Parts: sequence; C-alpha cells; structure tokens
Amino acid sequence: MTPQTEAHAPDLLYSETEEDLRSAVRSLLADRADAPTVIASVESGTPYDQRLWDSLAAGIGAAGLLVPEKLGGQGAGHREAAVVVEELGRSVVPAPFLTSAVVATDVLLALGADDGPAGELLDGLAAGRKVAVLAVPFATAPADGAAALAGTLDRTVTGVADAVAADVLLVPTGEGLYAVETGGDGVTVQPLVALDLTRPLATVTLSGVTGTRLAEPGPAAAAVTRGLLSGAGLLASEQLGLAEWCLTETVRYTRERHQFNRPVGSFQSLKHRMAQLWLQVVSARAAARNAADALAAGSPDAPLAVAVAQAYCSKVAVHAAEECVQLHGGIGMTWEHPAHLYLKRAKADSIAYGSAGRHRDAVAELMELPAP
Amino acid sequence: MSATVDAAEVRRLTRELLAAHPPATTGRTDFLEARFDAGLAWVHYPVGLGGLDAPRSLQPVVDAGLAAAGAPDNDPRRIGIGLGMAAPTILGFGTDEQKQRFLRPLWVGDEVWCQLFSEPGAGSDLAALATRAVRAEDGTGDWVVDGQKVWTSSAHVARWAILIARTDPDVPKHRGISYFICDMTDPGVEVRPLRQITGEAEFNEVFLTGVRIPDNRRLGPVGEGWKVAQTTLMNERVSIGGARIPREGGMIGTVARTWREQPALRTHDLHQRMLTLWVEAEVARLTGERLRQQLVAGQPGPEGSGMKLAFARLNQEISGLEVELLGDEGLLYSDWTMRRPELVDFTGRDAGYRYLRSKGNSIEGGTSEVLLNIVAERVLGLPVEPRNDKDAAWKDLAR
Ligand SMILES: Cc1cc2nc3c(=O)[nH]c(=O)nc-3n(C[C@H](O)[C@H](O)[C@H](O)COP(=O)(O)OP(=O)(O)OC[C@H]3O[C@@H](n4cnc5c(N)ncnc54)[C@H](O)[C@@H]3O)c2cc1C
Repeated sequence: MTPQTEAHAPDLLYSETEEDLRSAVRSLLADRADAPTVIASVESGTPYDQRLWDSLAAGIGAAGLLVPEKLGGQGAGHREAAVVVEELGRSVVPAPFLTSAVVATDVLLALGADDGPAGELLDGLAAGRKVAVLAVPFATAPADGAAALAGTLDRTVTGVADAVAADVLLVPTGEGLYAVETGGDGVTVQPLVALDLTRPLATVTLSGVTGTRLAEPGPAAAAVTRGLLSGAGLLASEQLGLAEWCLTETVRYTRERHQFNRPVGSFQSLKHRMAQLWLQVVSARAAARNAADALAAGSPDAPLAVAVAQAYCSKVAVHAAEECVQLHGGIGMTWEHPAHLYLKRAKADSIAYGSAGRHRDAVAELMELPAP
Repeated sequence: MSATVDAAEVRRLTRELLAAHPPATTGRTDFLEARFDAGLAWVHYPVGLGGLDAPRSLQPVVDAGLAAAGAPDNDPRRIGIGLGMAAPTILGFGTDEQKQRFLRPLWVGDEVWCQLFSEPGAGSDLAALATRAVRAEDGTGDWVVDGQKVWTSSAHVARWAILIARTDPDVPKHRGISYFICDMTDPGVEVRPLRQITGEAEFNEVFLTGVRIPDNRRLGPVGEGWKVAQTTLMNERVSIGGARIPREGGMIGTVARTWREQPALRTHDLHQRMLTLWVEAEVARLTGERLRQQLVAGQPGPEGSGMKLAFARLNQEISGLEVELLGDEGLLYSDWTMRRPELVDFTGRDAGYRYLRSKGNSIEGGTSEVLLNIVAERVLGLPVEPRNDKDAAWKDLAR
C-alpha cells in the first residue's frame, strides 16, 4: 500500500445554511449563557441548564443534526454539527452536545439499525428527549476504539464525560455493545472534581446491571471507533471556537488597557504574539473544516483529516488560552474573569479523544512514516 | 467584468488556440504570443492586453486545458517579478502606451524584470530611500537618476526594472518619491553580483550613475510613487497561486520520501519533529486551499497576509530537519562555486542549499517581523506604535 493521497476534494468554506445555524446558536448562547451565567452555573453544582439544553437540542434541533430525517432527525451532517460545536466552544457552555449528539449518536448510527432498541434510542436523542454517552474514558483516542471492547458489563469506568447528564450509557464489552439506563439498579454515576469546570466527568460503576445488547463485538468495535473519530474530529471545531474567543478578547482588552501612557496592544512584542496567534487560528479553521467535511462525506480520508486536525488544533487552543491569561495580566488570573474557564477547557480538550502525540502516531501509521 | 465570458467560453477559446497553434509544431515564443493575443494569458486583464475582462477564477480553467495539451508555459519562476509585481502596477498606473509596450513581452518572457527598491539604507523602511531623480537641465523633461540599490534579484538577466527614487527631499519621506521604469541596458546602470549565503549570486548591487529616464517612463504622478509602490508590494505578498497543492507537495514531501526510503536514518527524536512538521505542512496546505476557495467564491479573507509567514517558517524548519536527518550526507554541500543562476530552484538542489536559501524566505518581500506588524495593525486592528518620521521633511531625518 502506498501512503494516502487526498481522496476527496474538501469544501473548506461555510455554507449559507451553516452560517444561519451559527447565528441561531450564537444568539441563543448570548442570551442565556454569557460568561457570568456560566461561572454561576458551574459553582451551583448543577452545571447543566436544562432549559438551555432543551432550546438548543429541541428548539434549534441541534440534537438531531446527524440523524437522518426518517429516523426523526434533521438529516444534516458533521459540517453543520461542527458549526454548533464551534459556537459552544466559543462560549464554553456546559452542554452534552459533543458527547451525546455527536459521539453517542454516531455510534448508534454506525450500527445501521433503523428499528429496534438502537433506532428507538436514536429517536429519543434526536428529539432532545434523552442524553446518551459512550461509557469510555474521555481520553480514549479513535485508534483505541476497538480495544475498548473488552471485559464484561460489570465494571468501573473513570473519567466519563457528561455521564452526570446521561439517561443512557453505551457500554462496550467483550460481548458487544450494551445500552444501560442510568436510572436503573446497580448503576452509580459518581461525579469527579474535574480540571475543566464546564465539562463534568464522572466515574461510572456498573454492578449486576442488565443492559440491552445493541451489537455484536465486530460491528460494535467499528461503531465505537466511528463515534470516537467523529468526537475527535469535531472537537477540533470546539478548539477553534475557543481559540477564536481567546484571541478576540485579548485583542479587545489590550487595545483598551493602558500602561506607560499607551495601549499595551501597541507594544510590538504583544502585537507579534497576537498576530502569530491569528495565523494559528486561521490555520486551525482550515484543519477543523477539513475534518468536519471528511466526516460528513464519509471520505476514506477522514481518519487522516481527523488526526491532522487534532494534532494541530489542540495545541492552538491551549496556546490561545494561555496567551489570553498572560496578556490580561492580573485580571487574567482572577476567578471572576472567564479566561480561566477557557484555559481549563482547552487543556482538558488537549487530552480528550487522544492527545496530539497520539494523533501524530495515527498520522505516522496512515502515511507510512514509521518510528525507528 | 464581462458577463458574457464564462467557463464554457474560456474552454472554447482554449480549444481554438490549441487548434490554430498546435503545441507540438509551434515554437515556444510563437505559442505564448498567440496565447497572449487570444486573451488567455491572464483572463482577468483587459481585452487587448492579454486578457478577456473575465473573472480571475477562470484562469485555472485555461491553465488546466493548456497543461493537458502539453502547451509550453512562460516559466513564471524566471519572470516572477515581472508577473507578480511589474505587471499589476503597470496595469493600474501605466499609460495606454506603456501598457501596450510592456505587458506582452513581459508575459511571454522575452523581457525579464527586476525590482530596484531596496537600498543599503532603506530595506524595511523602504520610504527612507535616498536614490535621487532630478529633472535634466536640458529642458527635455528627462530625469537623471543617481544612487545605489541592493539585493536586486535577477538584475543580471533583467531587461527592465521598476524603480523608486526620491524626487523631492524637502517633504516628508512618503511624499517625495516617484516611480519609474528603468532600462537596464542604459548607460550608467551597473550591475555587480552580490554573492550570498548559498555561495551563488542570485541577487546584485545596482549602481545608478547619471542614468537618464525619459518622462514617459514614469508610472503615476510625480511625488506619488509611494502610492504606486504600495500596489507593487501588495501584489508581491498576495501572489499565492491559484493551483491546488497535492499532499506532501512542498518540501515536506522530500523529507517524507527520505524517511520512507532510508530506515537507517530514523531516530525517535527526528520522528516526533518530522511528524509535527508534517502536520503543520498539511495544515498550511489546507489553509492555502481554503484561501483559494474563498477567492474563487468571491469572498477573499485576510488569510493571504499570513501565508507568506507560514511558508517561510515551515520551509526553514523542514529544511533544517532535513539536513539533520541526512546525517553524514547532511555534512556535505553540493558546490560552493560562485554562480549567477537565472532562477531560484528549491527542489533541484540538495538539502544544504534548501536550508541556506530558505533563510531568505523570511527576509525577501518584507521580513516576517514587518508582516507581523501588518497583520497586527491591519487585520487585528491593534494600535500603531508611536512614530516620529511621518511629518518631518525627509532631508531632516536621521540616517
Ligand atoms: C533573497 C533576497 C532577494 C531580494 N530581492 C530583492 C529585489 O529583487 N529587489 C529589492 O528591492 N529588494 C530585494 N530584497 C531585499 C528585501 O526586500 C529586504 O532585505 C527586506 O525588505 C528587509 O530589509 P533590510 O534587508 O534592509 O533589513 P532591515 O530593514 O534593516 O531589517 C533588519 C532587521 O530588523 C527587523 N526590522 C526592521 N524594521 C522592523 C520593524 N518596524 N519592526 C520589527 N522589526 C523590524 C527586520 O525584520 C530584520 O530582522 C531581497 C532580499 C533577499 C534576502
């Protein structure tokens, strides 16, 4: 086999429909999830604003973007979902969109079952009535998806993102994939204290539970891998939105903040750092769009596009958030200023669905650039 | 822009050109001249000047059609300064006579151009230039030019030059400059090779001593040369191609091939660094592709300003890694003989050459530092640094 050449000519722009969707999501979040609201909600111990999620999931129809119309969804795709993720990243809103409407939904879609329990569950997810999450550690990379199919239904899984919001857990085991209701006997979801305040993590313990088997090990492994690939791919859009917010706010702040009788943003050492960041954000946009487009098209290029986007965008988001804190000076270190929410989300995102290093390994494998 | 010219029309004209001048039996120059006359040189140029007044996005249609038929091209690398800088400036500011005289041989490649801008005392601060142009005393209206230019690429092969010179030292520096077309064969023009870091002399020093330039070779009004030069410089930086680059199309492709073919060279450290650069090169390629799609869709963004920065850094890092990867072979260099090449050829040479030559990528055409200033101020809207050279007469500035 020769290394991959590009199989699919990507469309890297945003369509008008996508821009309309962006406006709808952005104005909803501006109304209901500004920074003080987000800070207040993470402190309240009930991170999710159910009404906001209802408006986003059912009102705008975001929860069903990936689901075909005949299964009760919007029949859109990963390009549109990526735009929603971008906006959610821009406002670091706690919402189980990526975990439920993207990863869990794509796992179920990949099973190809239109009816039966998987179809029923998809219908609930698409309508925003239910939230499901894949019960694997948030750090699991797509390349480790198949390996996640091991063990039995009796198990403890740590670091499961958004499990506290889930009605249903999708649990991979050696015998296949199971759906387990979180409200049932033998299921405990123990919240963890997470670095990222805006995406709750929990330890899930299953003991003597009965689940509904959704798939045999073979198709289950492929479906879990596909779900994780979508998650990693669209996470790049979250990182893009986050980085863009950090840059915009930093530029705004340094234009207004005066020291030494001039705006600090007129000092060249700062201007150059912000210009470098701008270039990285512009590049992250191309990488993130490419991943979303490849996923949407079901292109054979998707694994590489996703690995490239993750290897690049996670670093950009962390860098942008770190610069945001630094260039805000003392204010950047305060709890009151939202910069810390972005830094925490960016750093956690750099581990989620595989670190940059893990994704570079994937590039090495796909492009036949092996280690010594 | 003419509404009648669409992709189908452009394809028809391309077929017509190929039928009338089959590449297999037509001489290179004859073909290129016919192509210019058919309006297929740069389709967005006016009719009669090598174009069709068509949307720029149709150029790839022509290029693809001609490439598929094996038509000769005008080797844009050799005439890059003419194509990328002189032509748009002449189109924007030239008289009809100047456009008729210069554009055709420029595009065909019969006449190579160079850029007499930089001086020993004026590089990034180009408007500080000291080369003087004064009216001849004989009443002809001619200009007499004296001064020194430096780092002039291709001056040794150029027939013409775009030149900026000071025509009024008593006004602030940006206001006393005029823009000329200089005949490189005129008496008083002396080109001396300037050997560079690679051992060869791709650029030159140019001494101008009493060079007479007729007034009809001035571009734009007297004293407004800075405005004209802005057009040249803007075009210099956005000349990012319309063509799609394949994956591993740039320098990273050479490194990746070496990696695959020579397992003995592999180390863990180099592996991680190479993969990081591979990813960055792929992302830069996608960013360029996104920019191209924006241009085609008629929604150009500011991304172009960043691409030169990105490619300069990547070329330098990748070529640096390549030298290390080659180990024993990386210790060698092909040839230090002083030569005067006609074009810059990154791919045809060895890793050491690439490493050394790519150092120029962040200096030529505006340094990376200056480009970062431009991005910060024009794209991000950050405040300019206080400066004291805007209102003082040029002659009163410290040099
Ligand atoms: C290979 C090559 C080919 C070239 N070909 C041509 C040509 O054909 N025609 C032509 O006219 N010129 C040509 N040049 C010249 C080129 O345009 C200048 O070298 C360039 O504009 C920089 O000017 P300088 O060399 O005077 O450096 P300087 O302006 O003296 O800069 C020195 C250092 O200071 C930094 N610096 C300067 N100003 C600022 C600022 N405001 N903020 C921050 N940092 C700053 C620079 O980035 C640089 O690092 C060529 C140069 C090279 C390397």
